[in-house]
Amino acid sequence: MTKQPLLDVDHLKTYFYLDDERVAKAVDDISFSVYPGETVALVGESGSGKSITALSIMQLINKPGRIIDGAILMNGEELLKLSTKQMTKVRGNDVAMIFQEPMTALNPVYTIGNQITEMLRKHKKMNKQQAKTRAIELLNTVGIPRAEEVIHEYPHQLSGGMRQRVMIAMAISCEPKLLIADEPTTALDVTIQAQILDLMADMREKFDMALLLITHDLGVVSEYADRVMVMYGGQIVEEAPTKQLLRTTKHPYTKGLLGSIPKLEEDTNRLEAIKGTVPPAYDFPAGCRFSSRCPFVMEKCTQVNPELELIESNHNVRCHLYEDGGNTDE
Amino acid sequence: MYKYIIRRILVFIPMLFALTVIVFGLAQAAPGDALTGQQLADPRVDPEVYEKQREALGLNDPIPVQYAKWISNVAQGDFGKSLVFNGRSVADLIEARFANTLYLGIFSLFITIVVAIPIGIYSARKPYSLLDYAATGFGFLGLAIPNFFFGLIAIYVLSINLGWFPAQGTLSGPGMAGFEAFFSRLHHMVLPGITLGLAGTATYMRYMRSEVLDVLGSDYIRTAKAKGMSDSNVLYKHTLRNALIPIITLMGFEIGVLLSGAVITEQVFQYPGLGTLFISSVTNRDFPVVMAITLILGILILIGNLLADIFYSIVDPRIRYD
Repeated sequence: MTKQPLLDVDHLKTYFYLDDERVAKAVDDISFSVYPGETVALVGESGSGKSITALSIMQLINKPGRIIDGAILMNGEELLKLSTKQMTKVRGNDVAMIFQEPMTALNPVYTIGNQITEMLRKHKKMNKQQAKTRAIELLNTVGIPRAEEVIHEYPHQLSGGMRQRVMIAMAISCEPKLLIADEPTTALDVTIQAQILDLMADMREKFDMALLLITHDLGVVSEYADRVMVMYGGQIVEEAPTKQLLRTTKHPYTKGLLGSIPKLEEDTNRLEAIKGTVPPAYDFPAGCRFSSRCPFVMEKCTQVNPELELIESNHNVRCHLYEDGGNTDE
Repeated sequence: MYKYIIRRILVFIPMLFALTVIVFGLAQAAPGDALTGQQLADPRVDPEVYEKQREALGLNDPIPVQYAKWISNVAQGDFGKSLVFNGRSVADLIEARFANTLYLGIFSLFITIVVAIPIGIYSARKPYSLLDYAATGFGFLGLAIPNFFFGLIAIYVLSINLGWFPAQGTLSGPGMAGFEAFFSRLHHMVLPGITLGLAGTATYMRYMRSEVLDVLGSDYIRTAKAKGMSDSNVLYKHTLRNALIPIITLMGFEIGVLLSGAVITEQVFQYPGLGTLFISSVTNRDFPVVMAITLILGILILIGNLLADIFYSIVDPRIRYD
């Protein structure tokens, strides 16, 4: 890849200082890049640090959390060095974000129109009339019928799917270069999920944005993402282009995730599941963070946390199994 | 929205009716009547005389008839005649007092809002800061100190020792007019106003703090920030309106509480409002006055609730459509 990365996250650490003794290492030394126009998926269970990674990029981490180290470069500009005020010009304008809960993500006391136009007026310096016209266009673009009426309506008058469309309309309103979608379809009906994801893919193409898609749904990943990063315990454990990752899965955790998806062609009675739950971010096991749940755990795993290493072209894995070219395939 | 307001007003009417029945019923249930006191005071008078007077005043009529007479008079603004103040009409007696109490209530509410809301917001933005702790401490004190006690301390310190504010009354002297009278009135209202508003200020401060904290943590505030809205926009546009919704509801009740709570405060400051009149009327068994004041306070509480509901529907669009 010779292109300049759009977003470059470099050794990012976001810790939450819970009390005097406990520090939750929600994001612990993460580095990745997103290139213009590509769709990158960030995958992992709840509590693996996906959302905190996204919020760190937006610098919307609330206390007691803090970005303690690392750099976030957007088109070469270091975001962590910007002042609070400068950062408000980046949010919504260069990077936009869509959240998981469309039901509560819109302010209940203002009209849809008000909430879209305030962005256009701030970032694009439009006047009231221009902003209104643009808001109606945007609502039409994201497939909301009777847009002229909807801009005068309140969020509670719309369904969850419609609200998520409004969120997308808001996110693309200032034509950002990067769109971060944090589990945008988790709270929606299955039938609506595909519509929303297709809409986002269309918008990505139409506005030539890069998309950072946060999800725990590998089905979604296989359909929409160019590249996948799998997160566990605040770290990236495997990273590869989507097809490569699905075809030659390396990390035991990724294998576990894939194993827990029901497959139509196979007749099984029970789905496989990864044993246990994600350990809390203030109490990771020593050594590899997945060692407490890994079926291939070795003695070394409980002592030394492996590095993320390139083992094939474009394929990074954080696992002791691959250090000397070995693998878990029978 | 208009539909909603009309519906609320329609509900107001039966409540008003129930209120009059209760007030009348309570007055009836109280032992003795308007003449009992006089009878006891002067036992030499022939009981026949009182019996005749009772008949003449309609006190022996069946209760529903008495109620009907009373309510039709009240509807015309005629609350009867005071039994104590040389037979002056109750409406007359109340009018001037009512204005005083109303001024005091408005003044006190104004102080409450001006003090409590900014401090509450500050506390929420900087929780666990020095000022937040100070405000919390003040809140506890404000709620814990009884009105009358705070009033006495205020008089002792600010009036007697320092001489900054007058301790009682409404005007410094007779024959004042215009601005002079207005400022004299304000000057006299400072101590009773603060005393009356103390508990309310403490309550609102705490409410405002927890509401703003709550709203600041909500998803739509995160959305607003993610949209690149400035801190002041997030606070004053997106947070405040949502945080004020429950406060406005409380405010409606507060109108009633302030006016009826003024009874004690007015007594402490010898402020010639409805409260002092109420207490003297109760001790004198001046039933027409007691009934009139109870009814007026009841109506004010109902109006307060009605206003709260209407304001509520204005700030919160979700209310209008159910």
